[in-house]
Amino acid sequence: MALNIVCCVKQVPDPETPASAFRVDEGAKKVVPAPGIAPVISQFDAIAVEAALRIKDAKGEGKITVLSLGPDSARDVIKHGLAMGADEGVLLNDQALFDGDPFATATALTAAIKKIGDVNLVLCGRQAVDWDFGVTGLAIAEILGWPAISITKSVTVTDGTVRAERVLGDAFETVEVPLPAVVTVSNELGEPRYPKLPQIMAAARKQVTVWTAADLGLSPDQAGRSGSRLNLERLFIPQVKSQCEFIEGDTPEEMAKNLARKLREAKLI
Amino acid sequence: MSGILVLAEHKNGELIGLSTEILGAARRLADQLGEKVVALSLGSGAGEAARKAITYGADSALTVENPALDEYSGDAWVAALLAAHKEVEPSIVLMGQTMVGRDLAPRYAVRAGTGVAMDCIDLSIEGGKLVMTRPVFGGNAHASYTSKTSPAVATVRAKSQEPLEPDPSRSGEVKAISVDVSSRSKVVGREEVKAEGIRLEDAKVVVSGGRGLGGPEGFEQLHQLAEVLGGAVGASRAVVDLGWVPVSLQVGLTGKVVTPDLYIAVGISGASQHVAGITGVKNVVAINKDKDADIFKISRYGAVVDWKPFMAAFLEECKRLKA
Repeated sequence: MALNIVCCVKQVPDPETPASAFRVDEGAKKVVPAPGIAPVISQFDAIAVEAALRIKDAKGEGKITVLSLGPDSARDVIKHGLAMGADEGVLLNDQALFDGDPFATATALTAAIKKIGDVNLVLCGRQAVDWDFGVTGLAIAEILGWPAISITKSVTVTDGTVRAERVLGDAFETVEVPLPAVVTVSNELGEPRYPKLPQIMAAARKQVTVWTAADLGLSPDQAGRSGSRLNLERLFIPQVKSQCEFIEGDTPEEMAKNLARKLREAKLI
Repeated sequence: MSGILVLAEHKNGELIGLSTEILGAARRLADQLGEKVVALSLGSGAGEAARKAITYGADSALTVENPALDEYSGDAWVAALLAAHKEVEPSIVLMGQTMVGRDLAPRYAVRAGTGVAMDCIDLSIEGGKLVMTRPVFGGNAHASYTSKTSPAVATVRAKSQEPLEPDPSRSGEVKAISVDVSSRSKVVGREEVKAEGIRLEDAKVVVSGGRGLGGPEGFEQLHQLAEVLGGAVGASRAVVDLGWVPVSLQVGLTGKVVTPDLYIAVGISGASQHVAGITGVKNVVAINKDKDADIFKISRYGAVVDWKPFMAAFLEECKRLKA
């Protein structure tokens, strides 16, 4: 069976952005991009691409398609995946598909996976590092009716079976499911490979296929905000009662003593 | 029937702490809505767990006391949850943001034809609807959701809700249900994680270092302090990327989420990547030269100071206090 892998990737605001540069538009319920800080590929998704490449390297065959849902700029994260070594890119770019909850997003991605055709393994990051749901990968599996293994640190494929190690905190559990299947990947898998210049240049020349909701056969009520099962009621920056008590002292040593005393009084040490 | 269905996770009949917290939250919501709380527990010891769930606030409980459910399996557990769903026809379903909840809640929500809000830190009722609030963007923002579909499904973060005092005099019906526990997945191996000292996730005190330490040597003092305080050492992603410490120490979005009573951040600026790992910590102490560092915004105590002489003196003082 030829291996045909789809990796779902998302473009996100860089999580290394300092909190002080973070803004939201409460009316629009949207995050305002931090000036001068370029969006990046969601870290766990880059690791999912790495997992796909490792599978392909080990088997010596397979096709990897990088799939993203987002505006024109999301082309960059697809190109990032292509530069890492993926073969093809598909971008779902249509206002009707945006601002959905993970269920609506999974509905669109699933339609695209079906349209790509003959896909037998879908890899996703364990969660997107912006909205942090951790739902989309498992929802894709459920919509497709495929088995899934979530939050894994290694993925291998042999003879129609995918084997992955789940990260359980106190243990790693090795789980096998038959293909086709969905696997979500965690950071424990290891660093994603860094694209080299010739690969970046080759990826830049590659065409990215672009599909709209209509191309996916999705009606407006199935996609984006209308297709969501959750209503985003409010998005806000929590009121941090800047309650930080700064420790006084003329010397570092005196400050250290004062802090230790405070922590002792608060029964924290 | 309708009600609030709570997955009561347990180990050999002993409820996990988070399940007692969720039962407390469910009780408060149910009292506002005039609904019942139904606990569901699975696997060996489920009956014992169900009776405890009632003492912690449930009105009744469902059990599937099948050893095939002792270990988590997505297919089998979602079948059990759907069977309970059919019994209860819940308006709200709550479970913990545990390794089980992370995997089970999305599967269940899709099959039940509804949505799910993961990792909620606040649950309230507005206009008869459940409002589910969760941290997003590494905790920089909070998002509040309602569900357009029923039931409203949420997973709940540990220590975000208060449990009730268990009341052994409370009683309620415990009903066994049966489900098809077959699974497409097969567990073929398990490797325990060897704990060296206290696990970061379990530690009551975490002493974490960032780039401000200036080099890997700085961690030596942090280790000494952690030892004196009976805690564990953590690190920001920046210093893991620099290779100063192993990735196993990383606290943050792509590292570990920790919930100690005391978190001491030394030379850490407070990027959302890092803060995402400590949003549940009430007592953050920040030690940083830069008075404008973001970390102070989420700290209870701060010291604007050169870490080196400060930490040396702090270590000595802690040793003296602990002696």
